[in-house]
Parts: sequence; structure tokens; C-alpha cells
Amino acid sequence: MTASATAVRMTGISKAFGGVRALDGVSFEVLPGEVHALLGGNGAGKSTILKVLNGVHRPDQGAIEVAGVPLTTHTPEASRAAGIAMNYQEMSLIPTLTVAQNIFLTRECRDGKGFIDDREAERRAADIFAMLDVFVDPKAVVGDLGAGQKQLTEIAKAISQDAKVLVLDEPSTALAVSDVERLFIFLRKLKAKGVAIIYVSHRMDEIARIADRATILRDGRHVITAPLSELPIDTMIEHIVGRRSKGLSDVERGEAVKGEVLLELANVSGLQKPENISLTLHRGEILGLAGLLGSGRSSLARVIAGIEPVVKGEIRIKGRVVSIRRPGDAIAAGVALVPEARATQGIIPAHSVASNMVLAVIDRLSTVGLVDAKAANDLTDAQIERLRVKTAGRDHAVSTLSGGNQQKVVIGKWLATNPDILILDEPTAGIDIGSKSEIIRLVRELAAAGKGIIMISSELSELLTACDRILVMSEGRVHQDLVREALEDPSVPADDLAHRLQAAEQRLQIEIQKALAVQEVSNG
Amino acid sequence: MANAFFANWRQNIIYIGFVAVFLVFAVTLADKGFLNPNNLLNIVRQTAMIAVMAIAMTFVLSAGEIDLSVGAVAGLSTVTVAMAIAAGGPIVGVGAGIATGLAVGMFNGWLTTRIGIPSFLTTLAMMGIAKGVAMWISATAAVPILSPGYSWLFGGGNLGPVPVLLFWMAVLGGIGHIALRRSGFGRRVLATGGGETAAHYSGIDTKAIKFKVLVISSLAAALAGMLYAGRLQSGRFQLGEGDELSVIAAAVLGGTSLFGGKGTVIGTIVGALMIGLINNGLILMGLEFSQQLIARGGIIILAVALSQKRS
Repeated sequence: MTASATAVRMTGISKAFGGVRALDGVSFEVLPGEVHALLGGNGAGKSTILKVLNGVHRPDQGAIEVAGVPLTTHTPEASRAAGIAMNYQEMSLIPTLTVAQNIFLTRECRDGKGFIDDREAERRAADIFAMLDVFVDPKAVVGDLGAGQKQLTEIAKAISQDAKVLVLDEPSTALAVSDVERLFIFLRKLKAKGVAIIYVSHRMDEIARIADRATILRDGRHVITAPLSELPIDTMIEHIVGRRSKGLSDVERGEAVKGEVLLELANVSGLQKPENISLTLHRGEILGLAGLLGSGRSSLARVIAGIEPVVKGEIRIKGRVVSIRRPGDAIAAGVALVPEARATQGIIPAHSVASNMVLAVIDRLSTVGLVDAKAANDLTDAQIERLRVKTAGRDHAVSTLSGGNQQKVVIGKWLATNPDILILDEPTAGIDIGSKSEIIRLVRELAAAGKGIIMISSELSELLTACDRILVMSEGRVHQDLVREALEDPSVPADDLAHRLQAAEQRLQIEIQKALAVQEVSNG
Repeated sequence: MANAFFANWRQNIIYIGFVAVFLVFAVTLADKGFLNPNNLLNIVRQTAMIAVMAIAMTFVLSAGEIDLSVGAVAGLSTVTVAMAIAAGGPIVGVGAGIATGLAVGMFNGWLTTRIGIPSFLTTLAMMGIAKGVAMWISATAAVPILSPGYSWLFGGGNLGPVPVLLFWMAVLGGIGHIALRRSGFGRRVLATGGGETAAHYSGIDTKAIKFKVLVISSLAAALAGMLYAGRLQSGRFQLGEGDELSVIAAAVLGGTSLFGGKGTVIGTIVGALMIGLINNGLILMGLEFSQQLIARGGIIILAVALSQKRS
């Protein structure tokens, strides 16, 4: 293979953010006319290496060559000039501009006098959508579009650039099955023209159908690059999962003591998702929700917490039918949600640990409108001790704490409301591995102390470590209800905890992919 | 076409409101000379400086920033221009005005984009600094301008019956409209204010855009100061005082978003004219100044409230 035959050659790329190494000497090579899948779990470094390629991040070390020419300037403009086009997950669209204006942003069509010609842009945008065989109105304002239409706009923006290298980061998450099919037909045409396509997806079935080769990253390192013919789905999953579960595997999983039924959902549907959910949650039990982004896990959490409305069905708490219309109703019924986006929905970063901890119970701590400072401090100190929050003191700003300790503050804030049911949405996102196992240990302690817990996580090893039962969701529905033990592989020795967890993770991953396949058959 | 206009009536409320207010005044104030051409041209004369600053403010707001220093910079520029004319003649005076705008604008832009102070604070501080400098160098006294040519071109003159100020407003409005709607720069301004991260990922240098709109705003404020100075044949630090609020109100009335990403220069000019129209009508009605303030505030709140999208 000569240098000029490679479309992209990245060698020895390292990148760290603060103290965290996101990429460690990763090499990555893509040929013209191939669809190259880039795979890895959450935090494996996929997004980082793509952002390095695209000029958003500057690598700490390593070299990039595009079509044999070294790329020395690391800006989005320079990468684009080198022939790289990328779709971001809805990150590069301006909500206030129209579809056509977004597609041709910074490359506007001009009329004879040098002025921007939006009519021409709209015509050319319509041509691109016609070529993809989909319909999106080029005159529509992007902010008014649904997720699928936005994604098609992102894709149109990327392919309108006549790039030599096209990067598609999870292009199919919000697309209908038929639109994915049309996208694939189009990608095959581009491929035939010699365009190099880098394709990122969590859907193994898609990868198997479209990709020629795959590169797998794990924990910021390169694991393997191989033709798809040498990578059956099981092998891919094995490489993606690896042994990264280490550290979680030593969390002790005591036997859960199931008590009375706390929460019951009967055929509950939300606005779009979730759809027709029935489940029961017992005291002392941790129920996990597994599935890909957009599978309806978070929507289900928000419906139970009163943030999104219940459109159909019935919610019963401790046997009584409750009507949850506002978050306040849910809190009063004993439900607390630790939300997904810690920084915006969970904490007020500039406020002290104490003021964050008491935020949800200010009324209870107040007499005639004044907060009882001693009661607030006592409560905070008790929570700091109970949850083992590492902080220099209750008066320090939450922003000075590490991610894991910030999350404990959020959990402490909701525990202060004394809920029976605690819902945790991605409680370990952006937290280092040591703190992760601590959070999970904490969750298990809370369950043992008599709470019923619903936990959402995209990291399967965490769900497997924390949960007693796991629901597999896809497109807003529950496809499987699995007890944790059902995922054990009896052929692995019981004392090899790390290996057992890894085997269970592979089984769960396969269940998730199965749920996707079922969905496609029923849609098709 | 007409249907589309009324279907989006909230978006076009400024044009409907302008016509409505004009008609009401035309009927109720007919006997007080409202429709007299001279009165109508006076509205233009009183509005032109606000309009000039508001055209530039449309760019600043569209980029997601704000400039509170425009009124004070206009006042400072009246003083520097008047002093420079006294020292070296009208050409030096014009140069001094442009230099004042450039200096303040670059300083605002530098503080906002390089040091990272929000433009709200940068320009709030600059408001005081500009006023202080103007008071200091003029020793708080008015500086007379004794150049008839300068005064004619910058605000005092008429071409036939038409005030020169109308030409300034029309020419700058035309340039501003085309720049925002049809130029690459305008599109980048709207993109920066509409979604800064997305604009950056799309290869737009958002800091450079913010720097430029703040420079343009100060230059426009300096020009407005030159027009004030020419019209009143003197420079004084009080000129332009408080204009920043009318300028922002004109842009927002016209349909420009305070949160960035959405702006219209034509709407802004009509917004400025609407404010002038209301001021004029209220004076003709014989309201006291205190009553004018209250009525004006009420009308602006009503117009902006009607233009809000309901969710």
C-alpha cells in the first residue's frame, strides 16, 4: 500500500483532556472507496479521534495525512479544505436558519453580483434530497424540524461538500428504516466514485451490511482493524467490551431482598415514547433499563417523574393509582429523578454543597419563609457522611468537586426528599472508573436500605453490576425482561468475576441487537 | 403573498402597528398639523441618529451580543469631532469621529472576544468611560462648530425639501439590509448568534464575527454623534445620552431577537420611525413629558408582547 493510496492516515494520535487520556497513540487508516466502520463503547475515543480529524481538537501528539498530504493546521476550515466532510449528531446545524441556508453555510451560492442567492441554494438542496430519495423542505427553519429531518439535513450538509472523505457519526439514530436503506444505496454510489467513508454506529446489523472494514477502539486505544468478513458480530462485541469492566467486577452483589411492590405501570404510553409499558418495581430491587440512544429509556423516566405527560395507561404507587401531572406530584408520591444532564439539570455549579443539597426540601426546612440554617447544615453534613462525598466542606462550591462527588450531591439532594422510588438516569456519565464503582456500590446500599431503584445506563457493565433485573428497550417498547442471573454464562468459572461480567455483557449486547432486529422486521 | 403576510402577522406586527399608529394619528391629530410635510420630515430628522445606530445594533443583537455604549460613544464623538474641527478643519474632524468609533469598538471587541468579558458588561463599563472622557476633554462645556459645510453634510442640510439626514438613513439602511440578507458576512453573523457551537463546527470564526459587529456598532455610534454635532452645530457630552435604550427598542420592535440568530434591518428602521412617530404624536396631543414617557413605554410593551411567539 503506497502513501498516496490512503485517503486518511492518522499515526500515533494522543489527546488528553485535563488529566484524562481520551486517545493514546491511536493509528487509523482509511482507503479510498471503502466504508470503514469505527466502533467502540462509550468513552472509547471514537468522537475524539473524529474531532481531531475534523480539526475541532488539536492532537497532543501524532500526525495526520489526507490523501498523502500532511495536515498541519488543526482547524475545521483546514480539514474541510483538505476534503474532509463530517456530520455531527445535530451539532453543526443553526436552529434559526433554513435547511438550505444550513446546508450551504460558509459555501453560499452567489448570484452574478456576488450576493447570496438563497433560491439557488434551495434548488440545489432539493436536488440533494432528491438524489437521496427523501423529502425535506429546503425552506423550512431547522428549529421547527423533527429529529429525523434534522439528521437528513446534517447528512445533506456533509455530502454536499463533494468531499474525498465523508465521516458519518451515528447517521441513522433518528432515521426511519426506509431512510437508512436509501442512505445505504447512496453511500454505495459514493463508494464507487472513490470516496472514503468513515461510519460510526452502535448498530452492529447496520455495520455488517454497509462496512468493508472496521477499526475498534477501547479506552482510547486501538484494538483491531480487520475486514468485516473476519469480524462476526460476536467477535466485534468481544473486542468492544474487552476487559474494561475491571474495577466494576469487584463490586459485591449481595442477594437482593425483595419487599412489597412499590411501583406498577400498566400499559403506560407517553407522547411519542414510551409505548405501552407495563412493569413492576419492588422495594429493595434495582431495575435496569438497557437500550440504545433514543430507545425511550429517558422518556420513560421522565414520564414517571412527571416531566412528560402520561397519555395512556395507569401508574400505581404502593397499590394506589396516582395521577402524576407535574414533577411536584411525583415528588409528593415519593418518586425522585436524578436526571441525565448533571451539569444543567442536576446541580447549580456555582452554589455551595449545602445549598444544592437542601434545594428540593427548602420548604420543609423553612419557618415563616426563612431557611433554618442549622437544620440545613445538619442535613448536609449527614448526607456528606452517608454518601461519603469528598469535599473540603459544605460551604465549597459544587463546581470544585469531582464529577463523581457532584453526582453524589445530586443523589443526596433527592434522598433528602425521602423518596421510596429513586430513578437514576445515566448516573455515571463522565465519571472516572473508580468513582463509578463507588456510585454503584452506593446504589446497591440504597436498595438494601429499602428503596426501589430504576437505573438507566449506556454502559452495560454497570447495569449488570448494579441491577437485579434488566428491561431491554427499543423504539419506546420493552422487548425483554431479564433477571440478572439469566445473563450469566455458566461455562465461565464463578470466581473469575471480571470474565463473568464480560460474558454477561456480551449476552446483554446481543439481546439489545436482537431487539433492534425485531423492531425492523415489524416496521418493514 | 398578502395571505402569507397576515398568516405571519406576529412576525410582521411592526409594519401593521406602524400603519395603524400612523392612521390613528392622521385622523385624531389632523387639525394639529400631523400630516403637514414639515412635521413628517421632522420625525425623520429626530429619528435618523437612532436609526443609524439601530441598523448596526441589529448586527450586534443578531450575533448574540449587545452594545450598551452607543449613546455615550455618540456623545463622545460629538465632542472629539467639534474639537478637531476647531483645531484642523472639517476633514480632520471627520477623521477624529471615525477614529473615536474605531478605537472604542476595537477596545469593546478585544475585551469581549479575547479577555472574555460578556459584551453586556464591557459596553456597560464603556458607557461610563466614554461619557467621562467626553466631559473631561470638553470640561463639560459645549464646543461650537463653525463649519457650515460640515453642518450641511452631517445632519443640518436639506436637498430641496428633503433633509440630508434622510439620505444617510436610507443609504445606510440599504447597505445594512443587503449586508445582513445577502452577504456572506451577514449570514455568518446570523449563524453565530443562532448557534455558536454549530457555527464554529461549520468553520466560522465566531470570535472574529463578534469583534467585527462591535466595531461596526461603535463606528455607527460615532457617525450618529457626527450627525448630532452637525445638526446642532456643536459638540456636547449630553448628546445621545440614553439613546442606547431607544436603539435597542427600535431593533427589538422591528423583529430582531435579543437572543441572537434573527434580525431584520428594514424592521429596525421601521421600529426607529415608529418610536419617532409615537414621540411626535404624543407631543402634538399636548401630553406632558411625564405622560409621554408612560405612554411610550406602554406602546412598546404592547408591540413587543404582540410579536412574541406563543408556545
